[in-house]
Amino acid sequence: MAELWQLSISEAAEQLRSRAISAVELTRAHLDRIEQVEGNVRAFVTVTDSEALRAAEHVDQQRAEGAKLGPLAGIPIAIKDVISTKGVRTTCSSRILEHYIPPYDATVMQRLHDAQAIMLGKTNMDEFAMGSSTENSAFFPTRNPWDTARVPGGSSGGSAAAVAAGEAMASLGSDTGGSVRQPGALTNTVAMKPTYGRVSRFGLIAFASSLDQIGPFTRSARDMALMMQAIAGHDPLDSTSVDVPTPDYSAALTGDIKGLRIGVPSEYFVEGTEPGVRAVVDQAIETLKSLGAEVGECSLPHTRYGVAAYYIIAPAECSANLARYDGVKYGFSSKKTRGGLIDYVSETREAGFGAEVKRRIMLGAYALSSGYYDAYYLKAEKVRTLIKQDFDRAFETFDALISPTSPTVAFKIGEKISDPYAMYLNDVFTIPANLAGTSGLSMPGGFSEGLPVGVQLLGPAFGEPILLRIADAFQQVTDYHTRMATPPTAKKKGRAR
Amino acid sequence: MSIDRETVDHVARLARLALSDEERDRLRDQLSAILEHINVIGEADTSQVAATAHILPMTNVMAADASRPSFEPQQLLANAPAREDGYIRVRAVLDEE
Repeated sequence: MAELWQLSISEAAEQLRSRAISAVELTRAHLDRIEQVEGNVRAFVTVTDSEALRAAEHVDQQRAEGAKLGPLAGIPIAIKDVISTKGVRTTCSSRILEHYIPPYDATVMQRLHDAQAIMLGKTNMDEFAMGSSTENSAFFPTRNPWDTARVPGGSSGGSAAAVAAGEAMASLGSDTGGSVRQPGALTNTVAMKPTYGRVSRFGLIAFASSLDQIGPFTRSARDMALMMQAIAGHDPLDSTSVDVPTPDYSAALTGDIKGLRIGVPSEYFVEGTEPGVRAVVDQAIETLKSLGAEVGECSLPHTRYGVAAYYIIAPAECSANLARYDGVKYGFSSKKTRGGLIDYVSETREAGFGAEVKRRIMLGAYALSSGYYDAYYLKAEKVRTLIKQDFDRAFETFDALISPTSPTVAFKIGEKISDPYAMYLNDVFTIPANLAGTSGLSMPGGFSEGLPVGVQLLGPAFGEPILLRIADAFQQVTDYHTRMATPPTAKKKGRAR
Repeated sequence: MSIDRETVDHVARLARLALSDEERDRLRDQLSAILEHINVIGEADTSQVAATAHILPMTNVMAADASRPSFEPQQLLANAPAREDGYIRVRAVLDEE
């Protein structure tokens, strides 16, 4: 029989409903799994075991009383440590927020509490979500459960690794330039970047506000539909959340993609992608064709400017957003200076931020500074228009686009950390959807030399149902998504908190 | 376009970021290298397009002008490093620069 931590959400929900298992048993199975593999994987910054068990007991008690339960009642999940959790420290894997305890829940947390999901803990990430490997965490790197010498991707590496290793049934991450889809690809998980405005950002600690979007990790398209149903929707607390009805995502999983038009953007199939990755994506295209999809070539001509535009816009927004960390209202505070406010703020930020965060703040402040604003920031925002127009045109002809999620499989820890630009190029296929504000999903597509390869599906704004339908149809005829990592077991020394 | 030490110092001051000498040198080199790649953006023909700040077709979202419950001051002050009599304590503002 399968271990409880291997179940899908829908399987577990059925067993909970029929009382074959209890929420406490399911939660304990995941806490035991965390205990078992966390010494090698290190996905979590904080494990909230006693709170999780208490919440699970409450679900069991309510079920016994015959109360109406939420759609995710008793399902153990993990949350990226950039999402505010009331009373549970939220660090962004940064020294500057190491002891920060939010006084309120993010809207997505409120929604998951309403759905009665069980939070197991907060997951590790690149500091302030800046990075593609989780090596920029100020605390420790997370390891890929498929090969613990390799990175899990990033910035949501902890959330991806937790789901891949069976430490949680699903998790939330945030995707500013690929930070959900790329770690999804590297860990064999399903990873969604919803349309900008589809999911509330209230309580998501800001990195680049015009690009950030919260998205889930799961082990199937069916589970992804359940997670999206729980978190999507308009929120008056986020003025950029869009007031359009949330569709029934599970109803989109018809298994039928006959006649669906899928575009292959030629600019995403160029040199620089590993042959093993290319082979998996080519195979996935053949599979979708065999299911009746109509596949044709298309062009996104401004793709080559995407990374450059992103690495101007995202750092510019980050330099403004991170101005709030001044050691006055919350967070780390420098004890060093005897000077006035400006020295105090500057020294607090020097000691509180890591190298990549400083690099991005500097890059952003430079691009916004007098004399460079037009050549960099304004130019990038115009290029953003061109990239959006590319997608608008492609979606006149196609229902969705297909590409690799990442040009490579998981790389070795330390391999790219000393070359910032090489690290930035991991996001070459994921960045454009953030600039255009459209929907994207990475699904397990197969393996290259034993390591997972992600296939990216890109959709128009509010195209999530189509992406889920394609991924689900693919998963009905393939079994890649059902394979789970088997990281070596090793207990963690000490407790996470 | 490459970046010199003076530019690094200027931008660091704008960003309220104290940096060690070693960090300044490293950032000069790294930012110059990154900008070299980013400069490709100058080749894009943007003469016919307006800038996109964000992708949503919406402007000026208004909230109802109505009172609603807010946090107790103690809850919001709990994370502040220095407090005094229900206020946040701040360093001297006026006697520098």
